Amino acid sequence: MNRTDFLNSWRQKQAVSMPPTASLDPYVGPWNEKQAIHLLRRLTFGAKKTDVDTLVSKSMSQAVDQLLVLDTIPAPPVNIYSTPASPDPDVPYGQTFVNAPVNTTLNPLYYQARTDVFKAWWTGNIINQKTNITEKLTFFWHNHFAVEADEVQIAQGMYFYYKLLRENCLGEIRNLTILMSKNIAMLRYLNGYLNTKTSPDENYGRELQELFTVGKGLDSHYTEDDVKAAARILTGFRINIFSSPITYFFLFTDHDTSTKQFSSFYGNKKIAGRLFEDGENELNQLVNMLFDNTETARHICRKIYQFFVYYEINNDIEINVIRPLAELFKQSNFQIKPVLEKLFKSQHFYDAASIGCVIKSPLDYSVGMIREFDINTVNADLVKQYQTWGLVTVLNAYQGLNLADPPIVSGWQAWYQSPQFHEIWINADTLANRNRVAENINSSKGISSADISLKIDPILFVSKLKKPENATECVKECVKYLYNIDLSDTSIVYFKSFLVTGFPDDSYWSSLWFDYLETPNDLTLRNAVVTRLSSLFREIMSQAEYHLS
Amino acid sequence: MKRRNFIQTAATGVVVPTLLQGIPMNAYSNNSILDALVNPTVDTDHVCVMIYLGGGNDGLNTLIPLDKYARLSAADARTKIMIPQNEILSLSGVPNTGLHPAMSGFKILFEEKKLNAIQSVGYPTPNFSHFRATDIWTSASDSNQVIDTGWVGRYLNQEYPGFPANYPNAQNPDPLAIQVGANLPLLFQGQNAQMSMNVSNTDIFGAWPQGINDPAPNNPFGKELSYIRTISRQSKSYADKLIAAFLKGNNLANYPTGNYLADTLKVIARVIKGGLKTRMYLVSLGGFDTHANQVVDGNKSQGTHATLLRNLSEAVLAFQRDLEMMSLDQRVLGMTFSEFGRRIKSNDSLGTDHGAAAPMFLFGSKVQSGVIGNSPQIPATLTENDNLPMQYDFRSVYASVLKDWFCISQQSTDQVLLRNFQNLPLIKNECSTVDIDDFNQKQNALQMSVYPNPVVHFAKINFQSSNAKTSICLFDSLGRLVKTIYEGRLSEGAKSISLENENYKSGNYYIRVQHGDVQQTELVQMITE
Repeated sequence: MNRTDFLNSWRQKQAVSMPPTASLDPYVGPWNEKQAIHLLRRLTFGAKKTDVDTLVSKSMSQAVDQLLVLDTIPAPPVNIYSTPASPDPDVPYGQTFVNAPVNTTLNPLYYQARTDVFKAWWTGNIINQKTNITEKLTFFWHNHFAVEADEVQIAQGMYFYYKLLRENCLGEIRNLTILMSKNIAMLRYLNGYLNTKTSPDENYGRELQELFTVGKGLDSHYTEDDVKAAARILTGFRINIFSSPITYFFLFTDHDTSTKQFSSFYGNKKIAGRLFEDGENELNQLVNMLFDNTETARHICRKIYQFFVYYEINNDIEINVIRPLAELFKQSNFQIKPVLEKLFKSQHFYDAASIGCVIKSPLDYSVGMIREFDINTVNADLVKQYQTWGLVTVLNAYQGLNLADPPIVSGWQAWYQSPQFHEIWINADTLANRNRVAENINSSKGISSADISLKIDPILFVSKLKKPENATECVKECVKYLYNIDLSDTSIVYFKSFLVTGFPDDSYWSSLWFDYLETPNDLTLRNAVVTRLSSLFREIMSQAEYHLS
Repeated sequence: MKRRNFIQTAATGVVVPTLLQGIPMNAYSNNSILDALVNPTVDTDHVCVMIYLGGGNDGLNTLIPLDKYARLSAADARTKIMIPQNEILSLSGVPNTGLHPAMSGFKILFEEKKLNAIQSVGYPTPNFSHFRATDIWTSASDSNQVIDTGWVGRYLNQEYPGFPANYPNAQNPDPLAIQVGANLPLLFQGQNAQMSMNVSNTDIFGAWPQGINDPAPNNPFGKELSYIRTISRQSKSYADKLIAAFLKGNNLANYPTGNYLADTLKVIARVIKGGLKTRMYLVSLGGFDTHANQVVDGNKSQGTHATLLRNLSEAVLAFQRDLEMMSLDQRVLGMTFSEFGRRIKSNDSLGTDHGAAAPMFLFGSKVQSGVIGNSPQIPATLTENDNLPMQYDFRSVYASVLKDWFCISQQSTDQVLLRNFQNLPLIKNECSTVDIDDFNQKQNALQMSVYPNPVVHFAKINFQSSNAKTSICLFDSLGRLVKTIYEGRLSEGAKSISLENENYKSGNYYIRVQHGDVQQTELVQMITE
């Protein structure tokens, strides 16, 4: 097959694309690998073959139930950065730093090291996720209630921020919003800890409405005065840097006790000032008021939809998907789980037009790859373990997703910037980087840094397939699990050429595979198999199809 | 919270390799170098380099109104962050206005007549959200209008219709626009496609894989598949051109080190020298969202803002010097912009909150040097709501750049910017006619006044008309359009238009008279009993 032949017909006319049918009725169509892979890729990172097999053996409804489960949080990140010559005065080596007090005399390098360790640890949790939605959903809320570790500069605070998101990701979102408003990382990031009655800081009061609750939809009409009123309610929250673990406290002498008047958008609601410690409770009234406004449920449901399904919301989807989900969200007292259950069991979610249309975020790309290929990331050495997770964190940052450090309070552009949305993940820069990753991770050296490396063991992946000895079937199965789309025979033949090049016919691949299975320690045979499979995977991973989920 | 560069350091402290320096020679083929040699440089093409100051720059501490120094230093204004008067850099011929002490590079450019500062640029009813305001600035929309194409995207779309189908091609082998280490996709969004190429690391010069080509179905999957294929196809070709230009070009001036903006501008100078025909570049400098610690307590000419302005000023000066040594300075125009300015009153955190109008700067050998507009008016009583009123619409700046720099017709300019905007004397070249001093004189010739002021019931807006289209608007202290008082053509002579206090909430307001291509803004106080 001449590869340049493929180039000539590359140019595609862009047509108006047909959206999926907008219906939240329960899905009753076929339930097989295609749907299971789709469900796994959207609710977790990547679809491992073993998970696909498990889900296919259940019903669609059981599969969704299995995924909509909250996991326990792994043991917190630890000090791997100090040396005997230069210890961390507050945290022994190998112990966690998350409960350490804020020590202003601490070596500044350790401040940065703790944040780096925390970020690597978070990436590790995503890599090691169980087969449920916890990590994906935690990340969703991270993008929603965005903070930047670089700005927060207290790693302990970032840990409790992550813990808050994770423990509440599948729960009552109104309550999460209240708790988030008092979270140390958020107080630092949006200057809540500086907000005082004599000089209100509007930063949090604004983003709370614009991004976290009512949003900026066409029917959202909060005013600048509403921003100021919210800012006044939020006066008095402070960070106690002397406590361990670090906590917030309410300084009522800094709290504005006057009555706060809201606009007609909020039904001209007045929130009366509360005195002394009771001032803190105005926050609950504020958040209740924001959630009572229909725009909040709609805004959050739109974001859920754009994250888990697709970014285009046409009028049909707004009326028949978003609005009913928002209504359900309100009826469920702002529990998010019933909303997700309804969506992930719906006709709309499994419509053929919904499958494969999300461009993988860097996290979906890299962690999905690690999980689908079972790339080894476990290291018995503590430092190397964190370095391995750190390497993945850096790979994602190269491609525009620096975990725990989104570019701005509105999160990553791919989830808000119209009209491109997810397409923002792919540009000349990032696509080139992904191609480089595909090249290196399939090389004998792998993607390496210091003495750790990430690489694909192609035999491990292929051994799990039904008929690895049959070149055509082998390619078809690889494409099924790695693309989840059906390719033309021409493309299958093209991919197969990487297994059979130089052979008179396909049976030579079968012989090679069987010979290798018989004498797996024969390095010549092993190399011959690995070289062919690695070039196949490099090619599969370099296609546009691989970036879609 | 602040915006930072697209390129970030990450978990293990590994710095993401930036830009093109240090790229190994074997990363690209000799063929592409040869290609570049047979495509001779077209030296007549004009280039615009946009510098986005991410986060909202505090204009009052950048271009400082010296005549309002005492007022701004008062306890109820910005005493906590006001730059010491004796450190402010003066500008020859403009006694009312000075520059932040960190901006000595800009002062040099001003004295050499290569810097244009436009006072109080904004738009009616400003938005105080970073991302909405950024969308407004990049799409060039009205405040309440959502437009999903960018002004540069529309301009390039007009020049290169049909993009991306059949691009690149023999006549247009180079990227139309490049974002170097920046990412404002809406700015470059055309009708059908993203018009810019992103560059920040060296991977784009590696091998681009060939593709399988199953037809893309007519559904969302097919749409995204086609998008990725298009990026891949374009990038492969553009990367060759870019590296060829990079190899062919070379920098002549010294740039400051440890300055990200300087690093990016250095690459741009080099590829322009190397013959790349790209018209628009975007670079960004983040961190201007100075809610807290904008200045150092006790040393107010230092701090976050000073560092940012120093980096900006030093990078721009080095870039300009480089272009001059390359004899390319006549071809390149620079422009700064930010999504908003900041409040007049500082907050308790040694910082400032989101505000409204702020100055824009244009630099280059072909700019009309000077300060356009008046030193901003500062009310006698200030609340945290008070903002600088706009003197010029940001789209007037865009319009003048399109018309006087890229020499596109008035009609095309109006199409790109969706309607007609006032033209400003920003650029001296064959397509510009107005001189900046004449322009400022013409503005002052309006002799605008409002009497009586404060306004309890009625007042008169007086000015000298020169027979032109006129619009008179009343704005409140947040910049919101309260009322359009007059709209139409006025004959020549002294005019007196009635202003009624329609039971407005007492406070500071602004009357803006736009008369033909000139405008004046006057602070009025409404007193309602």
